[in-house]
Amino acid sequence: MSSTDQHLDHLDQLEAQSIYILREARVRLKRLSLLWSLGKDSNVLIWLCRKAFMGELPFPVAHLDTGLEFPESYEFRNRYAEEWGLNLIKDECPPIEMTDPTLPPGTRIAARKSLGLAAALEKYQFDGLITGIRRDEQATRAKERIFSPRGLDGAWQAAHQPPEFWDQYTIERHPGTHTRVHPLLAWTEVDVWRYIKREEIPLVPLYFAKDGKRFRSLGEIGITFPVDSNASTIDEIIDELETTRTPERAGRSMDHEAEDAFERLRATGYL
Amino acid sequence: MANAALRIDTLSAATPSQGGIVKKAPLAPYPIVIVGHVDHGKSTLIGRLLHDTDSLPEGRLAELKKVSEQRGLHMEWSFLLDALQIERDQGITLDTTRIWFRTPKRPYVIIDAPGHREFLRNMVTGAAAADAAVLVTDAERGISEQTRRHAYLLSLLGVRKVIVAVNKMDLVGHAEDAWKGVAGDVSDYLQKLGIEPLYVIPLSARHGDNIADRSDKMAWYRGPTLLEALDLLVPAAPRTEAALRLPIQDVYRKGDTRLAVGRIETGRLKIGDKVEIAPTGQPATVASIDAGKGPVNEARAGQSVAVSFIEDAALNRGQIIALAGHMPHIATTIRVRAFWLDPESLTAGSRISLRLATSEHPVVVEKFERLVDVEHLTDGEGSELGQGGIAEIVLRSSAPIAFDHAGELPITGRAGLARGGRIVGGCIVLGAAANVTVTGPVTAVNSSVNREAFEARNGHRGGVIWLTGLSGAGKSTLSMGTQRRLFDDGWRVAVLDGDNMRKGLNKDLGFSPAERLENVRRVAEVAKLMAETGSVVLVSLISPTVELRDLARATIGEGFHEVWVKADVSTCAARDPKGLYAAAQAGKIQQFTGVSAPFEAPVKPDLVLDTSEMDIPTSNEVLVAHIRRHFALSQADGHAVGI
Repeated sequence: MSSTDQHLDHLDQLEAQSIYILREARVRLKRLSLLWSLGKDSNVLIWLCRKAFMGELPFPVAHLDTGLEFPESYEFRNRYAEEWGLNLIKDECPPIEMTDPTLPPGTRIAARKSLGLAAALEKYQFDGLITGIRRDEQATRAKERIFSPRGLDGAWQAAHQPPEFWDQYTIERHPGTHTRVHPLLAWTEVDVWRYIKREEIPLVPLYFAKDGKRFRSLGEIGITFPVDSNASTIDEIIDELETTRTPERAGRSMDHEAEDAFERLRATGYL
Repeated sequence: MANAALRIDTLSAATPSQGGIVKKAPLAPYPIVIVGHVDHGKSTLIGRLLHDTDSLPEGRLAELKKVSEQRGLHMEWSFLLDALQIERDQGITLDTTRIWFRTPKRPYVIIDAPGHREFLRNMVTGAAAADAAVLVTDAERGISEQTRRHAYLLSLLGVRKVIVAVNKMDLVGHAEDAWKGVAGDVSDYLQKLGIEPLYVIPLSARHGDNIADRSDKMAWYRGPTLLEALDLLVPAAPRTEAALRLPIQDVYRKGDTRLAVGRIETGRLKIGDKVEIAPTGQPATVASIDAGKGPVNEARAGQSVAVSFIEDAALNRGQIIALAGHMPHIATTIRVRAFWLDPESLTAGSRISLRLATSEHPVVVEKFERLVDVEHLTDGEGSELGQGGIAEIVLRSSAPIAFDHAGELPITGRAGLARGGRIVGGCIVLGAAANVTVTGPVTAVNSSVNREAFEARNGHRGGVIWLTGLSGAGKSTLSMGTQRRLFDDGWRVAVLDGDNMRKGLNKDLGFSPAERLENVRRVAEVAKLMAETGSVVLVSLISPTVELRDLARATIGEGFHEVWVKADVSTCAARDPKGLYAAAQAGKIQQFTGVSAPFEAPVKPDLVLDTSEMDIPTSNEVLVAHIRRHFALSQADGHAVGI
């Protein structure tokens, strides 16, 4: 038995809070799923679920597949879906022709995920979706709730969010709506990396620098680009993050195509 | 894919134990909320703080200038936080947000809170997450309505470390007198709320005076700059030395073990601790603790744990585990100070949900004791609480509530108020309400309460568990034991015992076949009436024939469960708790079932409890499990983990 005779450090506090949120989701929502992007944050999320639920995930994990992930990502998915004993849903997202043509091109590729999500909600009738978004990633995500109500078609009503305090969460049950659950909302990018290091959580290798480039945020081929970096170990990445002034999602083109591109995506169901 | 695994392997080589790089454990960012009246300069202050500490991400300043110019503005700091289009277009902060920065001393997370009254729900959302607050006040206009309301809410939310920023000093010529006037007003007000402001800082956010750099325009001011003041704040002390409170979040089963999971809110818990589970106070002894990394001997405040007990304790979401002798208070009627955030007012007689830690109690607003006038801090009368209002009210629950006094243990002394699943307010608990006189609209009780309403409130369906079997088979013992178990879990559960019925309601009846039929008919009718009000009714009655039991089934209808408490005649005669077998065998009692009258075995019982094979505690356990499985409305009790 290990001793706990020391103060809870920051990562311990974040972990305990996320486990609390996950267990709350499990008891309050009936048909849950976890959205697995194959990226570092949702890997941390799966890791936390295994702790919260005594080793196994008691709900399916959904990868919204655009067919445009990097080969390393698919390899990772197939290996760890098996190793972690995941009940994996990997339905293909609808084609780009189905997306809103007024959106900028990169944003349209991302919008396929929103359509894929809507299709999965319809098909599996989920009333709760656990996702790995964080407040420090993006300014509209900073305004999110931990339990975030979504209207019909997954719409986020940013101006009408319910109050949320003292770990008391709003969960309304109306047909066709669902609740997004955000256990990592309070984590920062460097928290995620420190936790990955501490817990030895496996990752897609693209995060580590090769030939002076690495991916800081992972998305689809064609709209996700590596940043200049020589950080090839987790320690080097943590050092880099402590000094960098480049935002995490600098390599995600849909964030920068228009002032409101990301908000428009989110309002219509994107994470 | 070997790469990822390899990566981890190389990593482990860098852990301190193996002589790699030793890094100081990261500090948690210190959460500060910025509150105050709209247009007193909260967003500008935050923008300035980030700019002056060189904390803005690359390109962010240029982006801000660009979007400001697109809207014909010079440099709108508030766009840093007001990320939503509607916020930028209307120039107001709607929702709370977070932004990170650090000083050489430590990291911070700044929580921005909107100043408009209609967005108070968002202000509360932000402020509740903070350990300290900066209350921004306009030097020219002074203390305003939302300054007071925000200050009051800070006191209710338990945020007691407050720095006052007297902003826009440039508009009053950086005059000491102007600062003194506002400082006096704000300090007076805060002191009435029991808050001693830590620093009252004259500053100008727009020009960066006394934010990060000391202003030479206000040389008369000797106190710290805002940044210095933030670094002087002392984080909240850990709550490990307070009384243990572990609210049960859920109950998991792992193999044969039942685990209560939840977060320790205050105190410590270790293996072997004798605890009591509120509100019933059932005793238990801690057998194991898992805090996410396998078994541990001890866990403390802040940790999410899974705990098992030596005894087979009844565990349910909402109960609070405390050390023996240190239980929370228990009452069905409590006095609270509430804040209301919903457009639809709260009125006397309103039915809402009280969510205290993980418990949820349907409550009725029994009485308005006083409305708080935030402007003058005086008492008002009324029976309606509008959006943004604060009042002391009395709440009544049908089931006992376990709570602490907010002044003693804040976390288990406060609660959310919900309606239809949506959080609409909050309250701190002042104490149990004694001798509450019911007045006003509360007496106008809904006249048609149907079975579903009872069941929804009770959290379980009503029904009748009909225990049939020989005298001495264990029916009465089982019904009493089961009633106790379910009662301890907060169930509505009644026992109709054959012997007792014959002493009262049925004392005019004998034991002829016709009288036995009438006996069963009456018991069944009574049980049905009780089941319709949502109770689980345990009937223990020999009811020896198929005909008798069919009559009961037909009378009761839905929710009838036939349970055969089975034991052979020799076992029962050997037990003979009432000396009836001896009397019957001696011929002193006629028509005694099993001796001189037949017992017809049930054809298709819902459950068989063979008490000659199984001991009574085990039979009791099986029966309780059967009832839970068929009558519980929620799944809160006992998720099987692993699907």
